[in-house]
Amino acid sequence: MATVIEHAHGHPAHEGEHYVPLEYKEKDDSLKVFGFWLFLTQDMVLFACLFATFVVLRTHTGNGPDSESLFDVKGFIEETFILLTSSFTGGISTFYMRKKRAIGTVVWLLITAALGAAFVSLEITEFLHYISIGATMQTSAFLSAFFTLVGTHGAHVSVGIIWMLSIVIQILRRGITPALSRKVFIVNLYWHFLDVVWVFIFTVVYMMGVIH
Amino acid sequence: MKGKQQTRRLLTYAGLGAVATVMLSGCGAQYQVLDPAGPVGQQELNLIVASVVLMLIVIIPVIAILVYVVYRYRDKPGNTAPYDPHFSDSKVLEVIWWGIPILIVAILGTETVRTTFQLTKPPSNATPITVEVTSFDWKWLFQYPDGHVATVNYAYIPVGVPVNFVLTSDAPMNSFWVPRLGGQEYTMPGMAMTLWLQAAQPGVYYGHGANFTGRGFSHTTFYVTALSMDKYQQWIAHVQQSAPALTQTDYRQLSVPSVIGNETFSSYPTGSFENTVLRDGGQYMAESMQMMNKLHPGTGSGSMPSGMTMPTTTTTNKTGHKKHK
Amino acid sequence: MPPSHLSHWGLLITGDPLIYGADASIALASIAIVYVLTKYKKWKWLWDEWLTTVDHKKIGIMYLIAAILMLFRAGTDAELMRTQLALPNLHFLGPEHYDQIFTTHGTVMLLFMAMPFIFALMNIAVPLQIGARDVAFPYLNAISFWLFFFAAMLINISFVIGGSPDAGWTSYAPLAGSTFDPGPGENFYLMSLEITGIGSIGTGINFLATILKMRAPGMSLMKMPLFSWSIVATSILILYAFPALTVVLALLLIDRVAGAHFFTITAGGNPMMYINMFWIWGHPEVYILILPAFGVFSEIVSTFSRKTIFGYKSMVFSLLLISLISYFVWAHHFFTMGADASVNSFFAIASMLVGIPTGVKIFNWLFTMFRGRIRMKMPMLWTIAFIPCFTMGGMTGVMLAAAPADYQYHNSYFLIAHFHQVLIGGTLFGMLAAMYYWWPKVFGFLLDERWAKWAFWMFNIGFYVCFEPQYVLGLMGMQRRMYTYPSGLGWTDLNFISTIGAFIMGLGFIFLVWDIIYSIRHGERDLTGDPWDGRTLEWSLPSPAPHYNFAVIPHVTQLDQWWELKQQGRQDELRPKASDIRPIHMPKNSGKPFLFGLAFFVVGVGFVFEWYAVAVIGFLGVGALLLARSFEAHPDYHIPVDEVVHTETALGRL
Repeated sequence: MATVIEHAHGHPAHEGEHYVPLEYKEKDDSLKVFGFWLFLTQDMVLFACLFATFVVLRTHTGNGPDSESLFDVKGFIEETFILLTSSFTGGISTFYMRKKRAIGTVVWLLITAALGAAFVSLEITEFLHYISIGATMQTSAFLSAFFTLVGTHGAHVSVGIIWMLSIVIQILRRGITPALSRKVFIVNLYWHFLDVVWVFIFTVVYMMGVIH
Repeated sequence: MKGKQQTRRLLTYAGLGAVATVMLSGCGAQYQVLDPAGPVGQQELNLIVASVVLMLIVIIPVIAILVYVVYRYRDKPGNTAPYDPHFSDSKVLEVIWWGIPILIVAILGTETVRTTFQLTKPPSNATPITVEVTSFDWKWLFQYPDGHVATVNYAYIPVGVPVNFVLTSDAPMNSFWVPRLGGQEYTMPGMAMTLWLQAAQPGVYYGHGANFTGRGFSHTTFYVTALSMDKYQQWIAHVQQSAPALTQTDYRQLSVPSVIGNETFSSYPTGSFENTVLRDGGQYMAESMQMMNKLHPGTGSGSMPSGMTMPTTTTTNKTGHKKHK
Repeated sequence: MPPSHLSHWGLLITGDPLIYGADASIALASIAIVYVLTKYKKWKWLWDEWLTTVDHKKIGIMYLIAAILMLFRAGTDAELMRTQLALPNLHFLGPEHYDQIFTTHGTVMLLFMAMPFIFALMNIAVPLQIGARDVAFPYLNAISFWLFFFAAMLINISFVIGGSPDAGWTSYAPLAGSTFDPGPGENFYLMSLEITGIGSIGTGINFLATILKMRAPGMSLMKMPLFSWSIVATSILILYAFPALTVVLALLLIDRVAGAHFFTITAGGNPMMYINMFWIWGHPEVYILILPAFGVFSEIVSTFSRKTIFGYKSMVFSLLLISLISYFVWAHHFFTMGADASVNSFFAIASMLVGIPTGVKIFNWLFTMFRGRIRMKMPMLWTIAFIPCFTMGGMTGVMLAAAPADYQYHNSYFLIAHFHQVLIGGTLFGMLAAMYYWWPKVFGFLLDERWAKWAFWMFNIGFYVCFEPQYVLGLMGMQRRMYTYPSGLGWTDLNFISTIGAFIMGLGFIFLVWDIIYSIRHGERDLTGDPWDGRTLEWSLPSPAPHYNFAVIPHVTQLDQWWELKQQGRQDELRPKASDIRPIHMPKNSGKPFLFGLAFFVVGVGFVFEWYAVAVIGFLGVGALLLARSFEAHPDYHIPVDEVVHTETALGRL
């Protein structure tokens, strides 16, 4: 090493002999990943509040339809399958990133984003269908809570797609730099988190909605 | 300079002491909470006094120690008080100041729980009367199921008998508070909740909405008059004969936001209280349903009294705008 | 919902002399600022040094200035209210106006005065105390500030444009829903709190990561100053309480602008859910406001008694215990909602439990002074004033926690007196103590003691004159939020006295500001960097600290490292040696956080007036800025050794 650079954060560089994943190679990386974990924990509280709201209001159907008559089992099973698969493909992109293989990382990120887009479009179709039969956010408290909870998750997924595409462009420009490897890792953390949230939506909103 | 500061601080404490004395010296009907006119208010006052006494066990030593320490250990040339910059740990002291507050909370907590459970309903040997209370913007409707009469912005109750005020609202939540009779409870749309109060002596008691409800909130005053059972029944009979009936139209008029004076009605549309509760969300509240069934078996489970239908405009309007516009 | 109702309100509020006055003063102040900046050619300076800064010390200063300005704004609200209530049946303010003023008073004091004041202290002190060169995420820190700043702008313009919110700072639905409260006023409340709330969450993440990950080598958690510990507890509370606020406000906004039914009376909405969720944030928020003050008092008591803090472990434990319990007490804000006796009992006892660790802290402070040498400087005076004031506030707090008794205090002036006593006597006294304490570290000069004492006495005497009568008024049956009251209930005298107290406090504020202005020219300069004979690392640095804080990161071996080294005559160990200096890695300034705040402001305006095209433009701006940041290849730089050596030499430290 030519010069030892002391970081603003005062951490010594990782120069250990033992294995350190690529996304943790920069001095700042563990701090940034830790910060993102903190973000995810507060996002979890946010979703918890939305879930609580939904659970309180799920039987408050006013003059509108209840969940049993509304939900289409095949539709939400498809959405679930697509999203769970995308979590797996995202994991593969992390694997390629750690091997410093830019093309593999990009391809698998693109597949993940495409699956995400398929999920979002299915969800939009589902929403449009409900709206077309008069089941809107304004119909009842149950539907207000449904659209808000599921829609917030969908918005998160949409942001994730744009984020992944921006990382893809950056990798194509610069290759797998240490900073980009961290970004690939973090976007996948985010993606897995959304998957976990979806599992709860699948259970609490859809399954409990159709099984009585 | 320092002497002056201390004098001033002492003066402040003296002033506070004077305030506290006024607070605790009984002081007459103006100090409504401290001068209860019924058993509920009395029990609440007992708890208040208990809590003040228990808290003073901590407060007085704290202030005494503060005054002593600040004076004794002030940084002044020639101060001979001991100086021990590393005295920072004492198991004995820690045990004392963790222990005493725990003890105080245990005592006050027990007392609180006991009073909380005691005040949930009137003693079982008394037969309470029921008054249904609805808060509107910005007025109070009192309905008396026994005599089927209604009043606006004032209420009559008999002395010595527990009164179950069943509370709801056909507007944003308010709170029903008659300080000399006892503490308050919220009136909430879609809910029917009971607050038990009782007057031990005849009198006119100030009442007011205690939860902010918008522009007319300051005018949500009402008076509760307590009189002997005989006079109370005479009053009901008198109202039944002399006052006009509260019609469905009048009832709807009440929910238009306004400030009005006292009104008296010889009757009211049957089921109007229950319908208001159901229409404003009561159908989703298990507790309100139970309450309805208890009050009027048969009304709560969705079977409406004949002649009463739910105004259809209120539940289907998609913009969230409730009636009165 | 059709936007047609907008036509009912002109955008500018007209017809009220108070508001014309506000219009005129806002216009004059803006013109004056533009004139001064232009005349002295300060625009570039403003942009380079302040608007684009990512330096925690400068961000701290900006928070501090904003907090004092907001104290003035919301304090003016208070004076207007007390004027209206001085006598019965006054018509100085009508109900519409009074409702707006008490709403903005509470909202601004809590979210736009107390919170930024706390953030100011966190920014000013935490990195210096733990031996770090900045916070974990300096860029995010700047974003947090600008979100706060533009949210504050948003709520403040509501007074003159569109109308202020008027459903109380708690903004209970359905009173705050569109049926009962149409118009943009409530939207201002919702959007400004939403925006500043996002900023606060960012700050929580930032300081938790900073303190947990960036302490100087050797500073284990149990060797960390108590102020930093209090910020750990505060950050955790922010992180897991603010999302509830974000959600509850978003749902109310959706109700209002999209006609949904979360909290409406019709179609299955449930207003009680609003109240619950609001206080699930609201009660931890109370401890977010008080714990940093506890941290401040711990630093000050120890420093000005020249003694180690008493019961350090107990202090840490009680901080964490308070934050834990604070999540289980929210229902004490609505004992009168008719929950089961068992529910009320649970929340009553949980609330009383908070008193135990709080009491322990008070005793630990008292015994820190015991056998010390107490210097009556301004920070210490405020601390000593805090103890009786807060103890009494705590006493009435425990009284309020006794659920059946609360049935008599709830929503009365007793409650008002209680929370002003803990928020002023606790939080504000703490913030002011901290301001006097860290002022020289930030600005390099001390605040003049003479004027500060005037401010201190006016404020303290005014406080007791203003608020003690309100306890009695509560017991006399006076409800909060009444714009007027009749004569004949016996409330007149005490209300009049209370108003006098409010004006004495106002005088105190004027002295406080005058003290600052006076001291800019005449205040004693702090040449040593250690004016109070301090104990913690920040006092080992020059005042103000260089922008990289520590030329060489210190090694810590004990609590109160700086004090202990001074006692042993080893203070030179905390001076940098030229041979140890390495290039320092620092974040670059950036204009994006400012623009980010501006974009959110546009989003806010869009939702407030339900101009969705504007909101979309704002969101696009937010997205573009996020992407632009992500694409930035080198957001940082290195300060070369020569420059560090040069700076340190100029400071006389090499």
